[in-house]
Amino acid sequence: MSDITPDLELDLKGLLCPMPMVKVSQNIGSVPVGGVIRAVATDAGSMADIPAWAKSTGNEVLQAEKVGDEFVFLVKRVK
Amino acid sequence: METEAAALEQLEARISALENPPKKMTLVVMSGDMDKLFGAFIIATGAAAMGIDVVMFFTFWGLRALKKAEAKHGKSFFGRMIGMGMFEGGGIEKANPSHYSFGGMGRWMFGKMMRANNVASLPELRELAVNLGVRMYGCQMSMDVMEIPQECFIDGCQEPVGVGFMLMEAQESQIQFFI
Repeated sequence: MSDITPDLELDLKGLLCPMPMVKVSQNIGSVPVGGVIRAVATDAGSMADIPAWAKSTGNEVLQAEKVGDEFVFLVKRVK
Repeated sequence: METEAAALEQLEARISALENPPKKMTLVVMSGDMDKLFGAFIIATGAAAMGIDVVMFFTFWGLRALKKAEAKHGKSFFGRMIGMGMFEGGGIEKANPSHYSFGGMGRWMFGKMMRANNVASLPELRELAVNLGVRMYGCQMSMDVMEIPQECFIDGCQEPVGVGFMLMEAQESQIQFFI
């Protein structure tokens, strides 16, 4: 997974529900179709929310991982 | 043959529309309590981010959520009482929690706790909702009863409607909330 170069880095640290999901949604349009956003959050709820958002909007979560106190996501724009 | 092909195409379009109906959510917000308004706006902005068409109807105490901070209104004695911000009045900034209200102390306390946790404020969430295309309507009847004209509401708020319009939207929604 680490060989993926994200098209956009999003710092979502300190944000709480619903903001991490909202920020991913607001920024997904700024990467090309097939492009990837790397987002780092500290809200534990985003581990459930961002995959649910992706499922609902037809995008893909390539990675959702807890790294220390942070949650790191690789989100691919599918359409 | 051509008409058959056209009919088939129409039928396919109708089936596709039935199988993938537009996602819609309707919220009726009757409460003007701080905690319940947080719930309403977090659900609304979250749903809008998920590509769901969101419609919010505000009635009775919920109308507070649409008011500008400086809004003053009311003609009759009772109407002015509501408009002056005494008791239950004021805009979204003046919303008290449903428990631990303590005559305004609770609002201050929860406000402090929420800021410490970096939670977006109610005015911020409302502005985000407008920016995400959430449609917000005041209920005409309760606006008349409480003597709150549309001019008191923030920009980005739709013209007032009645229960029929709300039910039409609710009927087309897969998700409905009453808060």
